[in-house]
Amino acid sequence: MMKALSIKNLQKTYKNNIHALQDVDLDVEEGDFFALLGPNGAGKSTLIGIVTSLVTKTAGKVSIFDYDIETDFSAAKACIGVVPQEFNFSIFDKVIHIMMTQAGYYGLPRQIAYARAEKYLKKLNLWDRRKQSVRSLSGGLKRRLMIARALVHEPKLLILDEPTTGIDIELRRATWDFLQELNQKGTTIILTTHYLEEAEYLCKNVAIIHQGRIIENTNVKSLISTLDVETFVFDLTAPLNLDFSVNGFKTYMSDSHTLEVDVPKARSLNDVFRVLLEKNIAVKSMRNKVNRLEELFVRLINK
Amino acid sequence: MMILKKQYIAYQAIVLNEIVRILRIWSQSLLPPAITMALYFIIFGALIGSQLHSIEGFSYVQYIAPGLIMMPIITASYVNTLGSFYMAKFHRNIEEVLVSPMPNYIILLGYVSGSVIRASFIGGIVTIVALFFTHVQMHHLFFAILIVFLASILFALIGFTNAIFAKSFDDISFVPNFILTPLTYLGGVFYSIKLLPTVWRHVSLFNPVVYIINVFRYGFLGISDVNIAIALGVILLFIVVFFMIDLYLLRRGVGVRE
Repeated sequence: MMKALSIKNLQKTYKNNIHALQDVDLDVEEGDFFALLGPNGAGKSTLIGIVTSLVTKTAGKVSIFDYDIETDFSAAKACIGVVPQEFNFSIFDKVIHIMMTQAGYYGLPRQIAYARAEKYLKKLNLWDRRKQSVRSLSGGLKRRLMIARALVHEPKLLILDEPTTGIDIELRRATWDFLQELNQKGTTIILTTHYLEEAEYLCKNVAIIHQGRIIENTNVKSLISTLDVETFVFDLTAPLNLDFSVNGFKTYMSDSHTLEVDVPKARSLNDVFRVLLEKNIAVKSMRNKVNRLEELFVRLINK
Repeated sequence: MMILKKQYIAYQAIVLNEIVRILRIWSQSLLPPAITMALYFIIFGALIGSQLHSIEGFSYVQYIAPGLIMMPIITASYVNTLGSFYMAKFHRNIEEVLVSPMPNYIILLGYVSGSVIRASFIGGIVTIVALFFTHVQMHHLFFAILIVFLASILFALIGFTNAIFAKSFDDISFVPNFILTPLTYLGGVFYSIKLLPTVWRHVSLFNPVVYIINVFRYGFLGISDVNIAIALGVILLFIVVFFMIDLYLLRRGVGVRE
């Protein structure tokens, strides 16, 4: 299968001598839904900046669908759509004008551009607002407009830098559904996110970047399967003493109705329930305490 | 390489974007030059000019009219690329242009064309204003039109250079206030450089505005302080030099890429 993105020995040193990227190698297959995770300042935005040509690399090679970003820059760039982290509109422009101008940058004739603008503005529930200026849109709608704008030339590779930051849960879910649909139709998607749940929910593969280096590059499922311990939260029907514990497990009462239990991978959840049944403790509901990927993430960067 | 038709569409997109912007801010972009020039014509033409001797057979107001029309053309072409490109950097929507497959020369041509259009609009408006105050005669229409295009291209390119280096709003006001305005006022709009002492006459020849004003005046009145061919050569040379400088800066990503 063709590689949507291929990065070899990528390095970036800024003028202030900060090594933002050090010998980064990364491949993203065509059709993948790929997450790039890392704490603030890890090098995610620098990496995306180099791929999209907004940052100049110090050394290394980057190809997009086999087009080198230096020697075949025009063909390489035509394959990419970018949704940046921060809003970058001229706030006085109207929604439709932004879409049409963007289509023009990619050489789309006006008729096709208008049809594409209509298609993606409708998909993202912005068509009714096409004559409004950007400054009248809410933060969530602006973010959706950035996605629509990035899609107007129908790129084979869509790169989203924290696409759902600052938008409410309902809109976030709708955006996720839209991105999944897009990926199923063949668009390769790379996203960076701070919402690790987002990566777990959406992505097939993941790379974790820390201090300018890729410290993990695998698929999301196998990464999660390396977890040793998972924390479960039990909501209890009757109150318990705060010093209550389940023998053989690390436990913690966060309040009189909430019991948290660390369950090692080698142990069964049935063992916990057995103890609870023996003590006549009724459980109203149960859930994971934290995002599992988040746990892994913290563990990996603290290695 | 982006094929030519697509490049042309990309070029159109930038130009159209510029036209929309110019018309949106018409009260800042098109109206002030008309008011300012009307005041110039009233003060220097009707009030002071009527008390002065003629210059090379023309009344003072007739003599300064071409320069007064050219002044806002120069200023508008400069501030248009400067303002537009700097604001695109400020709002970061320039990233969308840089991420797209269009080559750097299309970006440059697009912004410069926007400035030429604004300058031409203003040239037309100020010429109409001039007609209220003096008889505007046309000696060589071709040279008058040619120099409007060349002057607006040149100052759009210089404005673009300024915008590339500008990091703050102070940076975009420094050159227009402290360099462009003196060059324009000392460029022979209000006087013939032949009236200057020899030393200052020679110093004036380093000012590109002198060549522009004189070619424009030649187009209107058929008189010039400088040789027209040399003047056009100097202006073309400046255009080529600044075009190459801007392309080089864009290729290096100065001011726009990290």
